[in-house]
Amino acid sequence: MGIIAVFFLWPAAEAIRSSFFLEDPFFGNATFVGLDNYRVALTGSDYQRTAWFTAVFTVIVSLMSLALGLMLAVSADRVLRGKSTYKTLLMWVYAIAPPVAGLIGVMLFDQHIGPLVEFVALFGWEMRVGVNYWDTGIAMIIVSTWKQVPYCFIFFLSGLQSIPTSVKEAARVDCRSETRRFWTITFPLLAPTTFFLLILNITYAMFETFGTIDLIVKDQPGNSPVTLVYKVYRDGFRGNDLGGSSAQSVILMLIVLALTIAQFRLIERRVHYN
Amino acid sequence: MTTTELEQSASVPHAKPAPSRKTFGGVRIYDHVVLWFGVFLMMAPLVVAFTTSSFDHVLIHRQGMQFGWGDQFSQTYSTVLNQQGGFTGEVTGWLMTQNSFILGIGFAVGKIVISMLAAYAIVYFRFPFATLAFWIIFMTLLLPLEVRILPSYEVVQQLGLLNTYTGLILPLIASATGTFFFRQFFKSVPNELLEAARIDGANAWRFLIDILVPLSKTMMAAIFIIMFVVGWNQYLWPTLMTTDETYFTLVRGIKQVMQNMIGADIPKYNEALAMAMLAMIPPVAVILIFQRMFIKGLVEQEK
Repeated sequence: MGIIAVFFLWPAAEAIRSSFFLEDPFFGNATFVGLDNYRVALTGSDYQRTAWFTAVFTVIVSLMSLALGLMLAVSADRVLRGKSTYKTLLMWVYAIAPPVAGLIGVMLFDQHIGPLVEFVALFGWEMRVGVNYWDTGIAMIIVSTWKQVPYCFIFFLSGLQSIPTSVKEAARVDCRSETRRFWTITFPLLAPTTFFLLILNITYAMFETFGTIDLIVKDQPGNSPVTLVYKVYRDGFRGNDLGGSSAQSVILMLIVLALTIAQFRLIERRVHYN
Repeated sequence: MTTTELEQSASVPHAKPAPSRKTFGGVRIYDHVVLWFGVFLMMAPLVVAFTTSSFDHVLIHRQGMQFGWGDQFSQTYSTVLNQQGGFTGEVTGWLMTQNSFILGIGFAVGKIVISMLAAYAIVYFRFPFATLAFWIIFMTLLLPLEVRILPSYEVVQQLGLLNTYTGLILPLIASATGTFFFRQFFKSVPNELLEAARIDGANAWRFLIDILVPLSKTMMAAIFIIMFVVGWNQYLWPTLMTTDETYFTLVRGIKQVMQNMIGADIPKYNEALAMAMLAMIPPVAVILIFQRMFIKGLVEQEK
């Protein structure tokens, strides 16, 4: 019991200590500035631009990976032959590290050697990743979505497979249109999975894409779009603005907290249903 | 239609097939087209990256990424694995691979131990403020490391753990994700087992080791696979933590490769891509080999 208590309390102590250290820059060794860091952070035009990009980035990445994952899962659930082969081929991108995905993305969108740049040039779009703000942003969105689709695919497929055959049969008797059957029966049954994935996708887009972004901006963001987490890193470790960086961290923590609460409420509701 | 008829038609496949739009020998073309398209989107970048890594970097620079098979394959990969790379020239591809394995396995094992003990305490012990402790732990530890990099870095720095494996792995373990799995699982273990163990005179520790651990073997294997992949793919924390190149992991090495490329006249695209391939092979191999277990473990999260 004692040993367990130690192991149980150790992570908690670590977390609480971290939270004290967070306060440190503006309560401890630095002069007390109150909420100035927050005000500076929130009103700065750079921060607002970053926040705006983060929001756009997160929404597009989350929704696109959900949509593509669902589309592929529905098809994979319906085919009779080659199901497991498709599944294997579609899921393995999940295991690739974000920076590795970022590096491959950098190559594909490279000015000199990138086939994707050549491809869009056919449509008269001169894509300049690393120079043009939105071109860089689009490259980030594509790479991040590519990396997240398999995750959604796995969850949707297992969700589809857990729908009882009796329900499917009953629906088939009642309604002939496959499209309508999908939207009125299958999709509502998948709603908890969708919501769960949505929260995970938001968390992914906001935090785990750091590696992808770091590689695409080549460690020198300059004028390129970055997400809020990247800005925390840049201000804290590169700009040595500890107070400002900490204030940004706290803002991010509040966002995570909100997402966590949403997730808990979902879990509780599901328990209630069961 | 009576109930019996319905049951009959349900038991015979295709007895009453739903009218589907385009079928060809019973196979739906639409679905296969969608899936092929998906497979193409997922695989093409990897295939191109792999084939390009087998060419000479001057050729790549002149002609763009390649779709065939070049003659520089073995040379490129042996350079990446054996050459004294990096800034100080102390690190090779092999060493980075080794570091990555240490991080991946250490992370997975540590995570399993910590989250199992935490879940055990939460489920089986009634101590004062248990619910409060539960909420505090989950609230604080669900914060991704990315959000608390600064405080974590300072803690590790003050403990003098920068550039050590301990400092690399411990802060990453301190999060609650795995605890959920075990908590859910322990709750499903029948109480009779606990009572039986008590009658047989087992103490709390014995109950954990002799009964719960063997019961959760499959669970642990699934979590191990997921956590190995997560640990292997860590990027931000190793980047900050390891300034000493002998502690670089493969994924951390990717950043180094990128920085080397910026300065070069003709970047060594082939070596960079070869590095990317090396960094992706082990985790991909693990999830492909243990596919069934991996999916099961992953989907468990949702419940």
